[in-house]
Amino acid sequence: MLNKLSLIESLDGLRSKKFTSEQLVQACLDQIQKFNPKLNAFLAINEKALDEAKKADVSKSLGGIPIAVKDNFLTIGLPTTASSKVLEGYMPQYESTVTTKLKEAGAIIIGKTNMDAWAHGSSTETSDFGATLNPWDTGHLPGGSSGGSAAAVAADMCIAAIGSETAGSIRQPAAWCGVTGFKPTYGRVSRYGVIAMASSTDSPGPLAKSVGDCAIITQVIAGHDPYDATSSPSSVPNLAPSTKHLTPLRIGLAKEYLVGQSRPAVLEAAKQFEKLGAKVEEVSLLHPKYSIGVYTIIQRSEVSSNLARYDGIRYGQDRSFFGDEAKRRIMLGTYALSSGYYDQYYTKAQKVRTLIIKDFDQAFKKFDLIIGPTSPGPALKVGASIDSPMFGELEDMLLEPSSIAGLTSISVPCGFVDGLPIGLQITGPQFAESLVLQAAHSYQQATTWHVRKPQLS
Amino acid sequence: MDVKHVAKLANLQLKPGEEDKFKKQFADTLKTVDVINELDTSQVEPTSQVTGLTNVTRKDKIDASRIIKKGIIKRGDYFKVPSLFNAQ
Repeated sequence: MLNKLSLIESLDGLRSKKFTSEQLVQACLDQIQKFNPKLNAFLAINEKALDEAKKADVSKSLGGIPIAVKDNFLTIGLPTTASSKVLEGYMPQYESTVTTKLKEAGAIIIGKTNMDAWAHGSSTETSDFGATLNPWDTGHLPGGSSGGSAAAVAADMCIAAIGSETAGSIRQPAAWCGVTGFKPTYGRVSRYGVIAMASSTDSPGPLAKSVGDCAIITQVIAGHDPYDATSSPSSVPNLAPSTKHLTPLRIGLAKEYLVGQSRPAVLEAAKQFEKLGAKVEEVSLLHPKYSIGVYTIIQRSEVSSNLARYDGIRYGQDRSFFGDEAKRRIMLGTYALSSGYYDQYYTKAQKVRTLIIKDFDQAFKKFDLIIGPTSPGPALKVGASIDSPMFGELEDMLLEPSSIAGLTSISVPCGFVDGLPIGLQITGPQFAESLVLQAAHSYQQATTWHVRKPQLS
Repeated sequence: MDVKHVAKLANLQLKPGEEDKFKKQFADTLKTVDVINELDTSQVEPTSQVTGLTNVTRKDKIDASRIIKKGIIKRGDYFKVPSLFNAQ
């Protein structure tokens, strides 16, 4: 059962020659073959994965490790559709920066994972190729939009996965599937070769079995990229969390975020941080309802612009292939940017965005980190997002503020409700990746939520 | 909202029944969004990006290292590639 190993365990095993990359890849492929027909986490499998494993250089930082990649990253030789029929069968002409870096580090892209079409959603139910189901209970959603990546990690179909987040699309599915999902600061990881959703917040990042695993992958994919003008030129520090005790941190517990069924588990987690030596106090932030409004307007505006290019002339199918959700977002964005409404909606949202950023700046004067629930509750039932045009915005209401401000944040498993996992988000200022990872790692050293696995049948 | 007009601006064709369906859904969404008007922003500058970077440039140089290699026929700086659809 090599596929059940974490990334750190896999690297140890490969380097000490306990097993080979071929065996590791085969174990993941077997698991995919067994459970993908039921879970629908993968849209495409890399037929050359075993050949690549034979040639793997295990001395590299991700040498010989099978990694699943969300289907909005361009990959030469593997179809890339963003789960939309508009791009069905599309084979990219170039490779994304993230997958280029993964390959250079020796990783093997084992396949492409299902997502909400164009990443428009938080359920993976809006995929044009069928919903992904939650490995903990197939009657429930995996979350989204990186739902395929989260389910693939939870079901041990890969050692780790790559997702992308515009506002919650890594952290929310990670929470709902009981895995660790890390959103680096906007600009820390290149967006080059990622099918754009909302360009001012899109942030690629890992979903994995532990914080330590996420740190290793982030170290590989982060850094300046001349092909993404918004990528940060600042150097990436060593992100590996140490085993040393947590320095006395000041942690703010976001008062307005303590809603729903996640509340008790998050309050327990706050106590855990106190035991670890942190000082935890409630912090009052701008109500998340404002972020829903800002995010809805800005994201749809950027979507309308980004998706204008899909005309079916040079590649892909024509615009009649867009699903309902994409059509709604393109149209609402077009409306918000149209003459006569631009100031009322778009400029107003941009101004409130400034207020949200200032609100966090104020909070981070007093606190090193802010914690709260990732999502108000556990995974919702299959079908919950249908005919609910604001499903994602409401489920991600606790994640939109940090995305709008471009912060870094992680979701770690922190408990269960009715047998379904709950996530804790730990958010830091821009470029505080090391601190966020260190705090999350200390939490995982003291708890066992992240090592629990679903019973698959 | 004039759904037909917006669909035209967005280069989207509406199917029968979609105009009414979307009209209602857009009204609901805009109602949720309207909450931002509770906040006074008369003295606030808008934010369009959060990187703090300005005037980002790079060298205007062709880099072909990451493009597909298979079956490329080059002519100057242009190239012909195999059919993208139903490719193996």
